Order: sequence, then C-alpha cells, then structure tokens
Amino acid sequence: MVFLDFERPIEELFQQLQDLIALNEKSDVDMSEQITALENQIKATRKELYSNLSGWQKVQLSRHPERPYTLYYIETMCKKFVELHGDRCYGDDKAIVGGFGSLDGQTVMFIGHQKGVNTKMRQYRNFGMANPEGYRKALRLMKLAERFNKPVVCLIDTPGAFPGLEAEERGQAEAIARNLFEMAQLNVPIICVVIGEGASGGALGIGVGDRIFMMENTWYSVISPESCSSILWRSWDYKEQAAEALKLTPQHMLDFKLIDGIIKEPVGGAHSNAEEMAKILKRHIKKELTELSIIDCEQRIEQRIEKFGRMGEYETIAIAEQKTEKEPLS
Amino acid sequence: MGWFKRLKEGINTRRKKVIPDGVWYMCPDCRTAITSKEHAQNYYVCLTEDCLYHTRIGSAEYFDIIFDGRRTYLFDNLVSKDFLNFKDLKTYEDRLVAAKEKTNLNDAITVARGKVNRLDLVVAAMDFKFIGGSMGSVVGEKIALSIDYCLEHKVPFLLISKSGGARMMESAFSLMQMAKTASRLTRLAKAKIPYFSMMTDPTTGGVTASYAMLGDINFAEPKALIGFAGPRVIKETIKKDLPAGFQTSEFLLDHGFLDFIVHRKDLKQKIGDLLHLFRPAKEKESGEETEKVEVPVKVEANKEEKVIKKEKT
Repeated sequence: MVFLDFERPIEELFQQLQDLIALNEKSDVDMSEQITALENQIKATRKELYSNLSGWQKVQLSRHPERPYTLYYIETMCKKFVELHGDRCYGDDKAIVGGFGSLDGQTVMFIGHQKGVNTKMRQYRNFGMANPEGYRKALRLMKLAERFNKPVVCLIDTPGAFPGLEAEERGQAEAIARNLFEMAQLNVPIICVVIGEGASGGALGIGVGDRIFMMENTWYSVISPESCSSILWRSWDYKEQAAEALKLTPQHMLDFKLIDGIIKEPVGGAHSNAEEMAKILKRHIKKELTELSIIDCEQRIEQRIEKFGRMGEYETIAIAEQKTEKEPLS
Repeated sequence: MGWFKRLKEGINTRRKKVIPDGVWYMCPDCRTAITSKEHAQNYYVCLTEDCLYHTRIGSAEYFDIIFDGRRTYLFDNLVSKDFLNFKDLKTYEDRLVAAKEKTNLNDAITVARGKVNRLDLVVAAMDFKFIGGSMGSVVGEKIALSIDYCLEHKVPFLLISKSGGARMMESAFSLMQMAKTASRLTRLAKAKIPYFSMMTDPTTGGVTASYAMLGDINFAEPKALIGFAGPRVIKETIKKDLPAGFQTSEFLLDHGFLDFIVHRKDLKQKIGDLLHLFRPAKEKESGEETEKVEVPVKVEANKEEKVIKKEKT
C-alpha cells in the first residue's frame, strides 16, 4: 500500500493493525476485539480525512500510483472489448487507447488516456501525454462509432498533451482543435468522465460531450498547479497555492456549472477499492446513456453547443459614447 | 550610408544620447533604425529587404489596414471580472485594471464590422498588450457573439489571433472557451459562411488549439511564432536546443498547417481576393461586377496609406 503524505495518521494506524494481526497469530490470547476496534478507527479516520480534502490533496490522489486507469475500467465494466489501434495517418499513440466494448449488451466506443502501471509501462504510455496521432486516433474511432450509431464514452486522465518537437511538427494544436470541432457536432451521444488528471487542452481534446463528469478525487484545470506556479509565481514551490487559486476540484467545477456531476468514489479513493469504483462508474454511464439516447440527435447537438456556449463569466457595462464609425480621416 | 565605417568591433560609447520616444524605430531583428513615420507607412514592417520583420501591432492598426474606412465596433460592452478572486503575486483584479489603463481597451479582443474592397467582413482582432492576449471568458464570448452576428447577417468572419494562450486567472473557465468557440464555429461551417483564421506573432496554447487552427483558410504573417506548447516548455522537455525556424509560420506552412503566408502590405488585397472568391454563386453572375470590384482596389490602397500617415503625424 502506498500512503500519501496527508494520509500519515492512517498509515500509523495501519502499521499498528498489521502488528496486532501478526501478534494475534503467534500468541494464544484472542485479540480480535482490539483488531476490530482498530479497523473501525481506521475507517473513521479515513472518512474524516477524505471528507475535507484540499485542492492539492485531490491533485495528489488523482496521481496516486495505485489508481485505476482507463483500460482497467473498460476491461472490468465490459464482458467483451476489442481494442482498436492507429490513426491511419501516422501511427498508433500509446497514451490514448480506444475500442468497442459491450456494456451489458450495449456496444459503446470507449476512448481514454492510458497511463502505465509500472516504470517501464509508464514510459511506454508516455505518462498519459498524447501526441497528435493520439487525438487523431480518438477522432477516427469517434467517426467510426458515429457511422454505426454507437455512443462514445471518453475517460480523461492526462497531465497534458505532450509538449515535444515531433508533436509540434505533426500539429498538436490542429489535432486538438479538430477534435473540439468534430466532437461538438458528432451525431451520437458523448459522455466524458475525468477519472484522474484533467489538464488543459490535452484533456479537453477528448472532453467535449453531452455530459461531463468528474470522479470525486480528480481535478480539471487550464494548467497543472506546478506549471501555474512556475509561470505566475516564477517558482515551482507554490503548487499548493496554485492548486487552491485555480479552484480545480470537482466541487468547484460543479458550482461553476462547468461539469454536470460528480461520481462518488469509495472512501479512501478509487484505488482503495477499484472494483467497486468500476461498478459505480458502470452504473453511472448506463444511466446517462439511457437518458441521452432518447433525445433527438439534432437537438442533442444543439444542446451540446449551447451548454458550452453558456460557460463564461463576465460583466456588461454601458458604453458612454458609442465607439463607432471612427475614421481617421484625411 | 555613413561616411566612415567602424573597423573595430566592441567599441563602447560612453554616454547614450537621449532621443525622444517615437521618433526612431529600431527593428529588434536586424537592428536597422528607421523613423517611426516610415515604419508606420510601411505597415509597421521593417524596410530591410531580407528582414521584413513584422512588428506586433494591435487591433486598431489591423482595422486601419484592412477596412476601407468606416468601421463599426461590436460587443464592446463586455469586460472581464475577477470572479474566482484569483491571486498569485498580484490579484487578477489589479492585472485587469493595469491592462485597461495601459491599453485603453476593454479586453484582449476587439470586434468590428466594415468593408474590404466594398465587401462586408466582420473582423475580430486580438491585442497582445492586454495580459498577453490571453483568452478568458470575454474573449470566448465575443468570438461566440461575432459568430452569431455573422450567421444572422451572412457576413464572412476573419479572426486575427495574437495570444499566449488561455488566461490562467480564469482557470477552467478559460479552458472551456476553447470548446465554446470551436463548437460555435460548427454553426458557421454548417451555414457555409467563410471563416478565415489569421495567425500573427505569437499564437500559442489554447488559442492555437481551438479557433486559430479551424479556419476554412488558415494563414499567417511571416516569421510569426505559432505552436501549441511554448518553445521554453519544449526545450525543457526534450532537453535539447530547438532547431532554427522551429514553430515559425514558414515551419507550419512547410508542415501543411497553413494555406499561405501573407506580407502585411498585401493583407488587404489578399483578404479582398478571398472575399471575392468565396462569394455565393449568384452574386458572381454578371461579369461586369467583377470588373467593378477590381478597380477600386488600388484607389483604396492608396487612401489606406494616407490614413496611416495622417494618424501618426
């Protein structure tokens, strides 16, 4: 088990519990009562700790090394899953995966960022940072789903689109922009769920849909707290403050009406009970798909565009003199 | 041409002569000095032939260059507000006040309607001087409203991008402006109203990754920095120096992401040509009209120069 720095109280209790169990096995004295008490204490502490997490703590949890990733969810939720590869232009990006899966008989196109589970795989998956071919693969799969009238589910978990030399050469910006444009007018329902990190354009590149959700211990922002700190504070040391200032938690995002809902995680985070998390996610997706499928396609697209159209906060002022028709005449 | 040539390099002049601001302009690229007047007359482009450095200019200058004359400003009543109470080393509120004072603008984008070679056009131009031309809620909303306006009046849309990317101080709101503008553009495409995207120095981040790359025609000014990630970030990632000319307009043209590069002095003519070529079929029917449009082009271009001269003297 990996404990984060703010989980130290639990870690200590957990250690005590381990010792107690070991002791119980060796000695004749029955200590099951104490063990249960300690287990309850861990549960209570955990619940208390998790009920009031700061922005930065959510960021830490979203990056927890044991947190489940896209392929785990798909494979746990679907009886059948066929992964599809390649953008048909350049290559196959390993940081974005996708394919048709069967969700209790309903075929769904799943697309998502994929991180690696160990050091070697993390490198192979490029830490979940996609190149342009990843976004183009995603778009190809969405178009495929559209042709066969299958809904699309996108699982978002990326620290950002990859900022590399080749990524720029092959048009990272164009690939993301194209996805935003095409996803806005895709004929089939799209559900997006932030399952981990939701950083910037790299996340939004597969993040335009009819319904946007975030899991409880995730974040969504225009920039990662670290980069924000380095740009605005000119130092890497203000990531905690940046995380607070960016108001990137699911609750903030819901209050701002930038997302449609929060998906509850088991106490202790998705990684503490991945199987349960997959069940919750599956239930959620199924419910939303049923609701979305009854809406007329044209209407659904209109609603999607309007939904994003409403996002933005500003003031309107009265203009004293109409600043019109100024011609710097000769 | 001077009479004397300096033979030794590295001679330091002890005292700097103070020249009043605004008389001379020195090209930051080739270090040639010309009078500001000449510079403005040359569309703020360096006169040295193999330099042709395009100085960053604001929305007002672009409107002067592009429009035939009169223009109507649109949606100027929208202003940004610090709804997140964002504070880094400064508060967003303070940054907004300072930017407004410095630029005399309401936000990083200005929209105007006018005519280009007698054809209607709505132009939205970004101002880099306003918090790095960053895209926040107001920029997104103004673009969305411009698109609605173009749809309603069936007028083509030109968007001149000049931005460092999304405005961090509006966090996820600024991120969502990417989706907002891109999704709204689908309506323009569906209605078959042309959308031209022009990229100028610099166009990076969320702006490039949304509306800037989505033009029916994408074009740029020479030598502009255009990309998704900033050069510094890429350098840190790959831990190598970047090749010369990386992320310039010429680089993008070479890699197939631009339709063409246009010198600022040809900008008006080029836009006029595009508007002409994109006109719906029925307007094109009489051959006479085509002639008519061609003639005033030169007249307008001359007048244009006068306009700039007058303004700067």
